[in-house]
Amino acid sequence: MTLLWIPLLSLIGSVISSCTSKLTRNQSTALTMLAPLIALGIVFSYTPAVFSGETIRYTADWIPLLNMQVSFRLDGLSLLFLYMILGIGTLVIFYARYYLSNNDSLPKLYCYLMLFMTAMVGIVMSNNVIQLWLFWELTSISSFLLISYWWHKSEARKGARMALAITGAGGLALLAGLLLIGDIVGSYNLDVILASKALIQSHDLYEVGLVLILLGAFTKSAQFPFHFWLPHAMAAPTPVSAYLHSATMVKAGIFLLARFYPALSGTDTWFILVAMTGLSTLLVGAYIALFKHDLKGLLAYSTISHLGLITLLLGLDTELATVAAIFHIINHAIFKASLFMATGIIDHETGTRDMRKLNGMWRFMPYTATLAMVAAASMAGVPLLNGFLSKEMFFAETLHQQVLGSMSWLIPVLATLAGALSVAYSARFIHDVFFNGDPIDLPKEPHEPPRYMRVPIEILVVLCLLVGMFPHFAVSDILASASYAVLGDAAPDYKLSVWHGFNLPLLMSFIATCCGILIYVQRKYLFQFQASLPTISAKKGFEGGLYRVIKWSQEKINHIENGSLQRYAFVMITVVLLCAGWPLFEMRQLAGASELTPIDFHNAIGAGLLIIGALATVFWHRSRMISLIMISIVGLMVSVAFTRFSAPDLALTQLTVEVVTVMLLMLALFFLPQRTPKESSSLRILRDLGISSAIGVVVASICYALLTRPLESISDFFVANAKTGGGGTNVVNVILVDFRGFDTLGEITVLGIAALGIYKLLINLPLFMPASDSEGRPWARERYPILLASISQSLLPLALLVSAYIFLRGHNLPGGGFIAGLVTAIAFILQYMANGSNWIAERFDVNYRKIIASGIAIALFTGVGSWAFGRPFLTTWFDYFDIPLVGKTELASAIVFDLGVYLTVVGATLMILASLGKLTANTPKQEVNI
Amino acid sequence: MEVLYASCVGVLVACGIYLILRARTFPVVLGLTMLSYAVNLFLFSSGRLTINKAAVLGSASEYADPLPQALVLTAIVIGFAMTAFVVILSIRGRADLGNDHVDGHLVKSSKERK
Repeated sequence: MTLLWIPLLSLIGSVISSCTSKLTRNQSTALTMLAPLIALGIVFSYTPAVFSGETIRYTADWIPLLNMQVSFRLDGLSLLFLYMILGIGTLVIFYARYYLSNNDSLPKLYCYLMLFMTAMVGIVMSNNVIQLWLFWELTSISSFLLISYWWHKSEARKGARMALAITGAGGLALLAGLLLIGDIVGSYNLDVILASKALIQSHDLYEVGLVLILLGAFTKSAQFPFHFWLPHAMAAPTPVSAYLHSATMVKAGIFLLARFYPALSGTDTWFILVAMTGLSTLLVGAYIALFKHDLKGLLAYSTISHLGLITLLLGLDTELATVAAIFHIINHAIFKASLFMATGIIDHETGTRDMRKLNGMWRFMPYTATLAMVAAASMAGVPLLNGFLSKEMFFAETLHQQVLGSMSWLIPVLATLAGALSVAYSARFIHDVFFNGDPIDLPKEPHEPPRYMRVPIEILVVLCLLVGMFPHFAVSDILASASYAVLGDAAPDYKLSVWHGFNLPLLMSFIATCCGILIYVQRKYLFQFQASLPTISAKKGFEGGLYRVIKWSQEKINHIENGSLQRYAFVMITVVLLCAGWPLFEMRQLAGASELTPIDFHNAIGAGLLIIGALATVFWHRSRMISLIMISIVGLMVSVAFTRFSAPDLALTQLTVEVVTVMLLMLALFFLPQRTPKESSSLRILRDLGISSAIGVVVASICYALLTRPLESISDFFVANAKTGGGGTNVVNVILVDFRGFDTLGEITVLGIAALGIYKLLINLPLFMPASDSEGRPWARERYPILLASISQSLLPLALLVSAYIFLRGHNLPGGGFIAGLVTAIAFILQYMANGSNWIAERFDVNYRKIIASGIAIALFTGVGSWAFGRPFLTTWFDYFDIPLVGKTELASAIVFDLGVYLTVVGATLMILASLGKLTANTPKQEVNI
Repeated sequence: MEVLYASCVGVLVACGIYLILRARTFPVVLGLTMLSYAVNLFLFSSGRLTINKAAVLGSASEYADPLPQALVLTAIVIGFAMTAFVVILSIRGRADLGNDHVDGHLVKSSKERK
């Protein structure tokens, strides 16, 4: 359980830090540092156990149905990365306090940083590869936020977008690879996958899975040719660069290689792919770094080069190379983080990072200069510093490999060349910035930074020295346990010491150092040569490519999505036709096993009327009033059909809804043209006739196939339990208010939302109000006929009585809230029609929105009420009581729920019709011609 | 009878789809209404056709399937809400755009205002 707290703490830290905008900067920093510090404490408490070879696990159910678990593990490799992520993270938080100006929001940066930290902790601790991938994607997203922290700068936005595009694409490849591997192994659990080396590597799809996973790793750790996003990500604030591009984000790719090393490595494909990618990245990065004038640009390419070095080591076929890779992960994180921070100080105190302007800084900031020089020397691999040790191991291992067969001697030669270039750019970093004459046109007068801004660098530089001078004391335990996690029992014996005697690697170091200094001294010629080469801008290429892709897809989208609803409807219907029609052709026989029932006279008449009504609606669809009358025949016949086929509730509902619908459509027709112009070409009409008949045939066939098959229903349960469980004999109503009450609750909510949407649509409506009908005749002057008015007024109490009766009997006989609500609504609409909305408003002023809200609220509270009795949501209750005068009566909580339904239906229906009807009360005016 | 019922559903679907493919809002609203009749009848038919067997306990010895009925009942009300929303939308569309074409932009026809 405590293990879970490590990722959880940083997540909580992210939330807490985002809430600290009211506090001072120091308080905000202190609060934010709390979470990683506690997490470090937890990691520390586990350290002895992990050093003794134990792997600590935590598992909880996530999606049991898919056999997915939230699963964390802590082994040597995770431990090493956790120390880097949490330790350097804490230092970066502290450093950012001094780096960011008062204009920039510190809590925002902290929030993103902690989110990123959560993602990284999640990656290194995940014991489930899908979960690992989720955290992997979270690093892409949170790093996007971090890189675009200064979002007002175009380069920050572009850099962030590029990083997201490249690492996101790699993430997708990784997901595919992980799914593939998981499928091969039959489990997504990392423990199982790591133990299935033979199974994975003997599978046909091993190469595919390997390449996909490597794509994920290589894009993340900026390996050539995906390296170009990293330099553009330098648009981020320097603390972010120090964190993301030294210790964490780019190392996530390396971590992935190391994590899957036990399962995927050992084959020729692995060696060639990993080693060659690493080698080319090592050389390309080191070469370009030399020519960068921007300090952060130099560090970015040097990072790429060092990542290449680590990748190359993981791709060499000796165990000791893997140990060297892990060792270099530690060393690179330490010296590169401190160099980034030093660069941040220089930038902060001088206002520039351009090495052509920055000269002679030694005089202005000797203390910072010393720290930066130690770190840079470590990067160059100068003895007594940590960088030297892992570089020696690297040189030694290049001599022992056999990756390239007879051409394997090339690797040590190229490694020495890369070493020389690394010495050269480190020398440039030191000499150009701190010596080399006087500064040129600095925006600020340079001076030492605030005292505490240097603390994180001091800590890291002390670590550089400590590891460099006393490697056995400083890192041997953690290195051994991490190597054990990667290599298992194959972990080799080795001895970390500062002095190995005169040997070939030392000679290589010596050559590299001499050549490096020579390159730096003679850099003038190299720079001239480089300037004569054509420049390749990755940014321009990327942005251009992106632009072309977007333009291409925009054109395609415009082509398909041309804004015509008619076209969309046609496409959609065609797709439906194909999808629904195709399976019919694969059926052997349409008719099922049931016997057909004979057609009786009444049914034939009803069906005939229905078909005639439907065809007439289409035939006269240009005369809208006539087609409306025709469609009402159809509606009436549908309700008759429901009556005929044993569905009295449906018949009542359909009948009342039909009345409301027709009234609504008539009202609407008042505001719309009375006739439809003839627009469709004959060809279009033919096409539409064809497709609609085809769908009709398909649906009729499916309906017939359904009707002629024997019924297997789950309804026996409802019939058996309606009385005993729901307390009502009308099974349909009991299903609505009891068994499936939750559906009904959702449904009345939808009704309420539709009514509110209509209310909103009718606000500020610029009206087209015709002064006469379509034939040019003026409207009748008498708006409210006296006969209708007097009859409707006397009818109202009767109608309300009927609706109350229908409502009350609903639980046991056909009726219920829906039907009663519609009847009430119709009674009121009749009043509106007979007397006008002003007349109603004078007598019966009510806000329909409140009725809808109270209806939904009543239904909801009936549901919640059952919680008070310890029952699940919407459990109903009923019992029988002897009430004087009435007799033995059943009282059920379902009736309260039904009351909510009733109120919602009344409110929604009246609101829809009354708000539309109210518009006609305005004085008719001549329609405006547009 | 099954053939007749299925044909009715088929005719309603065909007419509804034809109207939905028209260019003006009012026929489309009618088409949607017609289509919802068809859908309701279709869903209802999944409980098969029974006569004089209403699902009210005590009224018969065996009952029609109540579940499709309950589902269709809610579908009728939702269908009404949808029709109402679409028709009001078409009024709003005509008011804002000056015509009732479904594509929502001014069309060449000048005969439309009557």
